[in-house]
Amino acid sequence: MNLSLMFDAMIVLPSGIVLTLTLTVLSLTAGFLLAVPLAFARAFGRPSLSLGVLAYTYVIRGTPMLVQLFLLYYGLGQIEAVRASVFWLVLRDPFWCALLAFSLNCAAHTTEILCRGLLSVPKGVVEAAAALGLKRLQIARLVTFPIAFRISLPAYGNEVVGMIKGSSLASTVTLLEITGMARQLVSSTFAPYEIFIVAGAIYLALTTLAVKATQFLERRLSIDGHPTRRRKVRFRPGLPRHRTTTPVP
Amino acid sequence: MNPMGGFTAQFAAAFLITVSLGLVSGSLGTVMGLLLAMSKSSPASRFKAVVTAYTTVVRGVPELLIILLIYFGGTIFASKVAGRYVEVNAFTAGVIALTVVFGGYATEVFRGAIAAVPAGQTEAAKSLGLNAWQRWAFVIGPQMLRLALPAYGNLWISLFKDTALVSIVGLTDIMRVAFVGAGSLRAPLTFYLAASSLYLSLTTITLLSIRLAERRYPALGR
Amino acid sequence: MRIRLAIALSIAGLLAAFPALAGTEKTISIATEGASPPWDGTDENGKLYGFDVDVGLELCNRMKVKCSFVAQDWDGIIPALLVGKYDVIMSGMAITEKRKQQIVFSNPYASGFNQFVVRKELGLDAGDTKEKVNLSTVGDKEKAIIERVRSNLSGKAIGVLRSSNSEAVVKQLLGDVVTIRSYDSLDNLKLDLAAGRVDGGLADYFTWRDFLETPDGSSAVFFGPELKGGLWGPGVGAGMRRDDAELVEKFNAAIDAATRDGTIKALSLKWFKADIAPALSK
Repeated sequence: MNLSLMFDAMIVLPSGIVLTLTLTVLSLTAGFLLAVPLAFARAFGRPSLSLGVLAYTYVIRGTPMLVQLFLLYYGLGQIEAVRASVFWLVLRDPFWCALLAFSLNCAAHTTEILCRGLLSVPKGVVEAAAALGLKRLQIARLVTFPIAFRISLPAYGNEVVGMIKGSSLASTVTLLEITGMARQLVSSTFAPYEIFIVAGAIYLALTTLAVKATQFLERRLSIDGHPTRRRKVRFRPGLPRHRTTTPVP
Repeated sequence: MNPMGGFTAQFAAAFLITVSLGLVSGSLGTVMGLLLAMSKSSPASRFKAVVTAYTTVVRGVPELLIILLIYFGGTIFASKVAGRYVEVNAFTAGVIALTVVFGGYATEVFRGAIAAVPAGQTEAAKSLGLNAWQRWAFVIGPQMLRLALPAYGNLWISLFKDTALVSIVGLTDIMRVAFVGAGSLRAPLTFYLAASSLYLSLTTITLLSIRLAERRYPALGR
Repeated sequence: MRIRLAIALSIAGLLAAFPALAGTEKTISIATEGASPPWDGTDENGKLYGFDVDVGLELCNRMKVKCSFVAQDWDGIIPALLVGKYDVIMSGMAITEKRKQQIVFSNPYASGFNQFVVRKELGLDAGDTKEKVNLSTVGDKEKAIIERVRSNLSGKAIGVLRSSNSEAVVKQLLGDVVTIRSYDSLDNLKLDLAAGRVDGGLADYFTWRDFLETPDGSSAVFFGPELKGGLWGPGVGAGMRRDDAELVEKFNAAIDAATRDGTIKALSLKWFKADIAPALSK
C-alpha cells in the first residue's frame, strides 16, 4: 500500500464530486417529476394506462442500468434518423445522454416506490377528504400524496443512495466523475488498489450523508411517535402543546 | 440472415455463465447473510460493530468499485493468506465480489426480519426447553424467512443485474459478449437489445419464482 | 457462542477454498486487448486473432512452451499483469519510459506509427498525411507541423483509448485546446466517431486504416502527419513482470530469431499489408 499515492488520489478525486453530484441530483429531480404522474396513473389510472406504466417500470427495473446506458448512448447513435433529429442535440453529448438514461431509470424505480405508498394510504382518509368537499386534484395534492410520500420515504432514501452509486457508470461513456477520475488516475499510476479505495471512501461519505439526510427528513415529517420528542414541522399549523399525562404506548 | 452471426452461440454460453455466476454468489451470499444476521441479532455479539461496518461499506460503495477492488486486490490478498501465489480468475473474483455485495444486503434484510419476529416466540421456545440451534431452526428461522421473502427476492433481481458489472474484469458474460459484438460488428443497437431481453428474461424468471414462493409460504399471522 | 464458532469455521472454509481454485499446469498466459484489429481482435466465436496473437504463438513455438491468450481491457492490462493474472502482455503496447517503471519489455517485435483521423464534414485541410514526424527529435519543421495540427483541431473533441500513449500525446500536445474523451475500447471510439460524437481521434495507423475502409469509417479521413517516437517510444514490445528476467531473455532470443528469418515480416505483411518488422540488430 502506497500512502503517497493515496494522498495524491485524495487531492485529485474530489474534483469529480461535482459531476457525480450534478448527475445524481438532476436525475433524481427529473426522475421524481416524471414519477409523480406515472405513480398516480399506475395506482389509480385506467387498467390500460396502469399496465402501460407497469410495462415501462418492469422493463427498466428488470435490466441492468449499464445496458440501458449503452443502448441509449451507442445504440441510438447508430440510427441515421436519430442523428438527423433534434433529439441528437441531447444524445450527442455524453453528459446529457447519461443524464437521460439515469433519469429514465430513476423515474421507473421512483414510480414503483410512490405507487406502493399511494396504495397504502388508508381509504378512510381519502373518503374523509371527499366528504369535506375537496375536489379530486385537491385530494391528491393535499391528502393522498403527502401521506404517500411519508410512507415512501425510507424506500426513496435507498433510491437516492442507489443513484449516487449508479452515477459511477457514467465513467463508461467518457465522463470524468469520481470513478472516471479514478480510472484515469489508475491509468497513469498503474495502482488500482490505493486509488479505488480512496474513491470508495468518497462514495461512502456521500451515501452516508444521503442516508442521514433521509433519516432527518423522515423524523421531520413523521406523524407518529411521541409528540414531545417529535420535531414540529414548519409548514404545518402548530398544535397546542399538551403535557402528556398518560404514557403513549 | 442472422445479424449477430456467430455471436448467437456466444450469447448462449454467456447466458449460462451469467446464470451460474448469479446462482453461486447468491447462494453463498445467502449463507453469509444468514450467519451474519444471526450473529448480529444475538444480544452478546462481539462481531456486531464489524458486521455493521461491513454492511455499511457494502451498501455505500458502488458495486463497480467493489468488483474492481476484489479483482485486482483479491489476488494479492489471497496469495498473502495462502503464503504462495494464488490465481483469482475473473469468475472467482466475480463470485467473491457479488457474494460480498449480496451478503451485505442480505444481512440487513435478514436482520430486519429477525427483529420483526415477536420476542414472545423466542421466550416461548425457551420455555419449551429448545436449545439455541433448535430455536433458530424451528421457531425463528421459518418465521423470519417468510417475513424476509419479498425483500430477499428483490436482492436476487438486483444480483442478476449486477452481474453485468463483472464484464469489466473480462468475464465473458452476457454484457461482455454484447460489448465485444457491438464493437466488432458495429451494431450496438442489436447487441444491447439482445442483452436487455436476456436480462429481462432472467429477472422475470426470478420474479415469478419469488411470487410463487411468497404464495406458498406467506408470512405467518398476517 | 456456537454461532460464532460456525461463522469462524465457514470463513476458514471459504479461505481454504481459494488455493483449491488455483493449481493448474504452468503454461505461459498472454494477455491482449482483443479490440484493436488488426493488432488484436475478437472474432464471432469469441476467439482472439490478429498480429499480436500470431506473433505470440510463433514466439512460443520457438521457445517450445505452451501458451494461451486471454482478453483484458486496456486500462487494467498493466495492473492485472502486476498482480499476476497472466505472464505477458502482447497487445500492440509501445515501449515507454513510464511503463518501464512498472514492467519490463522485450526487444520490439514491431514498430508501428500513429495518426489522427477527423470527421470529413469538418472540412479540415489534412496536410501531407504521408509526412513522418518523430516526436523524439522535434526541430523547427516539426514545431511548425504541430502548430498547424493545434490550430486546426482547436476546440474539437478528440477521442483516445483510455490509458494509451495516444491519450498522453494528445494531453501533451493539445491538452489546452481540445476536449479529450477517453474510451474503454477503440471499438467504442470508432462507434462514436461514426455517430459524430467526437470530431476526431488519435490511435495506431493500421487500426484506423482498416476502419476507414468500412462503411462506418467512410465519414472520417486521416489528418496530419504520421507520428511516432516521443511518448510512444522505440516500438511495440511484449511486457512482463520485472522479476521474470529469464522469460524476457527467452522472448528476446525468439524475437531476434523471428525477425532475422523474416517470419515477423511475413506476419506483418499478412495483417498490415505493410512491413513494420523491427530494424535488425547487428
